[in-house]
Amino acid sequence: MMSLLYGLVSGILFGVLLQRAEVLRYDRQVGALRLMDMTIFKFMLTAIMVASVGIYFLKDMGIVSLSLKATGFGAQIVGGTLFGIGWGLLGYCPGTAGGALGEGRLDAAWGLLGMLAGGAVYAAIYPALKATVLGLGNVGKVTLPQVMGVSHWVVIVAMIVLFLGAFRVFEKKGL
Amino acid sequence: MKRAWNPYLAGALAGVLMILSVAIAGKYFGASTTFARGAATIEQTVGVDTSRYEYFTTKGGKYGPGSLPNWQLLFVVGIALGGLGASLASGTFEVKRVPDMWAARFGDRPLWRNLAAFAGGIVLIIGARLAGGCPSGHGLSGLSQLAVSGFVALAFFFGGGWVTARLLYGKGGER
Repeated sequence: MMSLLYGLVSGILFGVLLQRAEVLRYDRQVGALRLMDMTIFKFMLTAIMVASVGIYFLKDMGIVSLSLKATGFGAQIVGGTLFGIGWGLLGYCPGTAGGALGEGRLDAAWGLLGMLAGGAVYAAIYPALKATVLGLGNVGKVTLPQVMGVSHWVVIVAMIVLFLGAFRVFEKKGL
Repeated sequence: MKRAWNPYLAGALAGVLMILSVAIAGKYFGASTTFARGAATIEQTVGVDTSRYEYFTTKGGKYGPGSLPNWQLLFVVGIALGGLGASLASGTFEVKRVPDMWAARFGDRPLWRNLAAFAGGIVLIIGARLAGGCPSGHGLSGLSQLAVSGFVALAFFFGGGWVTARLLYGKGGER
């Protein structure tokens, strides 16, 4: 299966980048949440800037298509907040916990076990969530340029300017 | 080699990697669904009838026990291998039971740290599945596509995490 091989190779390369930029570390992750160390945001926002230009360029050429997640304000506000609470306690996220274990951080193993348990809990409470939170504020698969009625390049340039401004603040304050 | 890579440079390379993944494999980065699928697979293996759970049968069993292995599982495993390989090669591999920042605040007993990590993992995956993604799927992939869902989710990931970190560590950012 080529798809499995692609997944493995891109995971390994991504893991190397995360490890060498020290993004996997608890102290960096919680350091960002405490507004003391913006390493993970420097990494993440730069990746987003580069990827947004490349993906929309290839989309304009007709080479790739988008794969959007539906916007549901109930789901993303309640789910997002819950994720944040768990992230603050664990200090790793679903993508980085495995990598943290890889660089020897044994507490990440407990986080990974918790995530598997969380998957089981989610399946058990899904009917109740579907009847409540998941039904609130659904607006479908939309992008910011669609909502604003402007070209995606306008939004990309605005986002890049915003992120560069944030980087300037990070560097000025030594974060 | 022990010195960390510049986070902007590593992030830009991660952005290139995301573009290549979309162009070659047709896959956007994401991680959290793997833990729901992993839970389904484990439950099935130990004899639980997973078809009782609506979440594991919805969308043609997209999250059910038959959904693994797939691209994303190998991606998540790859990150762990990349973290292991890069840390060994650079001399930064270090077996650590309790992160420094945690130890400075709560002491170096692994018990409390592991409990927090496990509980955090549970809450975080419930939140991620409710929101429909984690900082990879909503953050990196969502923002790169300018998805409204990504901007909303990322804001609340950070908001929830910021409040939690503040409750755990108090105001002020001393290292």
